Amino acid sequence: MSGSIQDTFFEECEELLEATDEGLTAIEGGDHDPETVNAIFRAVHSIKGGAGAFGLDDLVAFAHRFETVFDEVRAGRMELDGKLIQLLLRSSDQLSALVEAARDGGEIDEAHNDTLLAALDEYIPEEEEDLTFEPMGLGAPAPVADLGIAPEAPAEPQEETYRIRFQPLKEMYGTGNEPFFLFQALKDMGDLTVKLDENELPGFDTMDMSESYLAWDITLVTKDSRSIVEAVFEFVEGLCELSIDGEGDAEAEANALAALDAMFSAPDAPPAADTAEGGAPAVPFEPPVPAPEPEAKPAPAEEKASAPKAESGKQEQRGGPKPTLRVELERVDRLINAVGELIINHSMLAQQIANLDVSDTRDVETELEGFKNLARDIQEGVMAIRAQPVKPLFQRMARIVREASAATGKTCKLVNEGENTEVDKTVIERLSDPLTHILRNAVDHGVEKPEDREAAGKSKVGEIRLSASHRSGSVCIEIKDDGAGVNRPRVKQIAIEKGLIPENAELTDGEIDNLLFAPGFSTAKEVSNLSGRGVGMDVVKNAVTGLGGRINISSTPGKGSTFTIILPLTLAVMDGMVVSVADQTMVVPITSIVETMRGSDDMINSLGADGTLLSIRGNFVPICDVAGSLGLYRESDRQAGVYLLVETETGQRCALAVDDIHDQRQVVIKSLDGVCGEIAGVAAATILGDGKIAMILDPESIIAASPTAAAFDTERRMSNAS
Amino acid sequence: MQAEAKHTDQEVKHAEHSEFVSFTVAGQAFCLKITQIREIRRWSPVTILPHAPADVLGVMNLRGAVIPIYDLSARFGLQQTEASERNVVIVVSVHGKPVGLLAESVSEIISINPDDIQDTPPVDSRNTMEYIQGIISHDDTMVRIINLDAVISAPEQVMP
Repeated sequence: MSGSIQDTFFEECEELLEATDEGLTAIEGGDHDPETVNAIFRAVHSIKGGAGAFGLDDLVAFAHRFETVFDEVRAGRMELDGKLIQLLLRSSDQLSALVEAARDGGEIDEAHNDTLLAALDEYIPEEEEDLTFEPMGLGAPAPVADLGIAPEAPAEPQEETYRIRFQPLKEMYGTGNEPFFLFQALKDMGDLTVKLDENELPGFDTMDMSESYLAWDITLVTKDSRSIVEAVFEFVEGLCELSIDGEGDAEAEANALAALDAMFSAPDAPPAADTAEGGAPAVPFEPPVPAPEPEAKPAPAEEKASAPKAESGKQEQRGGPKPTLRVELERVDRLINAVGELIINHSMLAQQIANLDVSDTRDVETELEGFKNLARDIQEGVMAIRAQPVKPLFQRMARIVREASAATGKTCKLVNEGENTEVDKTVIERLSDPLTHILRNAVDHGVEKPEDREAAGKSKVGEIRLSASHRSGSVCIEIKDDGAGVNRPRVKQIAIEKGLIPENAELTDGEIDNLLFAPGFSTAKEVSNLSGRGVGMDVVKNAVTGLGGRINISSTPGKGSTFTIILPLTLAVMDGMVVSVADQTMVVPITSIVETMRGSDDMINSLGADGTLLSIRGNFVPICDVAGSLGLYRESDRQAGVYLLVETETGQRCALAVDDIHDQRQVVIKSLDGVCGEIAGVAAATILGDGKIAMILDPESIIAASPTAAAFDTERRMSNAS
Repeated sequence: MQAEAKHTDQEVKHAEHSEFVSFTVAGQAFCLKITQIREIRRWSPVTILPHAPADVLGVMNLRGAVIPIYDLSARFGLQQTEASERNVVIVVSVHGKPVGLLAESVSEIISINPDDIQDTPPVDSRNTMEYIQGIISHDDTMVRIINLDAVISAPEQVMP
């Protein structure tokens, strides 16, 4: 089964998992509000329900155990101590993993899964241990099949009589639930008698068709356990008044008998609601009447409703998050495009009005100014749609630190700051991996062992501070630990051993720190389970530069290290330098430009047959002619000596020769993928103020395509290697 | 009753006709089904793509979308279209993506009965044969029906 319903389920899962995490973190932080526990229970329960509908057995089984433990907590039968919280946090991680596996078809770590299941089982009392969760079909909430997972039924199940009072609220009908199917499900379990209670049914002329007046008294004699009986009503939980009394209760038994008696001596039920077959119409058959009944409720059932489930209806309605709208990203992109076009359109219009041969254009210009402001407002509003707080991401990171601490035997706490800083959704998604890696490193390499910390006069518990803030149009994310800092002599030693730097290299402290980002660098003496996964900080750096951002490290020995990531607010907009190359306007990403300069002829040095080097303050960098590299011809003469000094990801520098530099501005990135495939030297396109398209260059591949610079690079690498 | 039946008959007959837009490319008459065309725009300078083959003129801005423009003439193996005031860009949708086709000029909308479409007679020009679905005679001229999917195959890989 695939398609949009399942997609929606997974989208919902993400929200539910977030809610679970948030709740657990709150509990860990000392939150004792029973509503928090309830919220988590509901979230896990919803995941289980959805997973059941799609036949995701592993997920159902795990969620069920998880939920059962929470039910115990909810009912006050179990104390939420530190050990249990840790287990629940780990289980929540596993739940995420299972959802991911179900969505992406990946593998799950069976052993880990089983360990957690076993650990959860320890908290589940004996009689609750049967795992017969009945998955519900999507349309009708009727149990479909037994999952076949471990129904370790008690040896000799005793027949028991349940007396159920069931009164749907009108919301239940609104969700498409049908009492008939519920009764049918109950009937499959044993002897069933259903009696309609139409006492609250008002007269014909006072009936409100949109209200729900009917209630049923149900008597069920079955061998199945109470939880199975309850499971039947799982999907109408909160949508009905429900009470289930078991046999143990003498009064309930008497009631049941009375109900049975009433059943036999009450043939006067209205035909439309004949319940002999266990069926009943969902909505009464009478004509609508305008005057609403003056509050036929509260129902008598409400007082009897002593079972824990009866409360949930109220909880469901309480508080809740702000209403949100789930929209496909593509639609928002379309809107962003349209608004960008509106702004371009404005500037074109303004240009044409300025060109008009009319004496007085003041009025028009005033109006045009209003139009411009409005368009800007709309643009900001549309951009804000994509923006999301980094909070969920940071919450996930708390987990990473927990896991890493447990694995290394260190104690660390993560302090989050600026959780409400908003960043483009795509940026947030792609930040997850680099952050995970940096945090693992911070725990593994940064923070010292507790005894070492004590010896250094620090608190035993290491502190890692994760903060987000806006800084002049960019997002700044800082990961700061109070560990030992970068061990510079060792870093340098390793770099020399790995041939990354010459033995006699004189490096500044900053340069040594930055060696951590060099490809193939790893300080771990032995490959630890945690950070030595074959990926180094270079992967982190690439991920960040891939987002159009940059990363820096600063460190003070004995005091700790700080990683700073500066990112653009959105992936759709980029800071660019507008230049002209062979009569074409082009844009160079500002992140790759180190400096711009106007060079004179005496700065140019020839090397070999056609290599040219530019001397910049005593350093020689190869010159790469952009036009030549792109295969473009100039009609007019090039303005001599305009260069952009760029640095590639490998740290190589090159001077890009362009015709002229115009200005620096924010541009909207338009992907060329799917339009004309990949073009060497071009990263994407953008639309300029005059409606023309300009190419956004990719300095990396321009340099690669330039014969001079590429040859120079090879030469340099070879001399390095030797 | 009879009159009514006849009317329906005519309608059916009419429905069989498809409307085509005819235009000139390198002096030859071509046409495309009107439903394949999204819009026809006046020619305006495009932004050239580095390393692009001769038949890819570049890209242009269509209300915020970047679309590639092909020179139909060069695509058919004929000489490149000369710049002229009458040049038009026919925007079509191929594989769900908008693509612009440069033609010399548009002519008219013609209604064609599918029965009148003749198979392309074999000529010694493989390139053309692939791109032409069939031909029809209209006002004593031969109009070539373009096979759009063949002209613009899946997203192009423009490599040096």
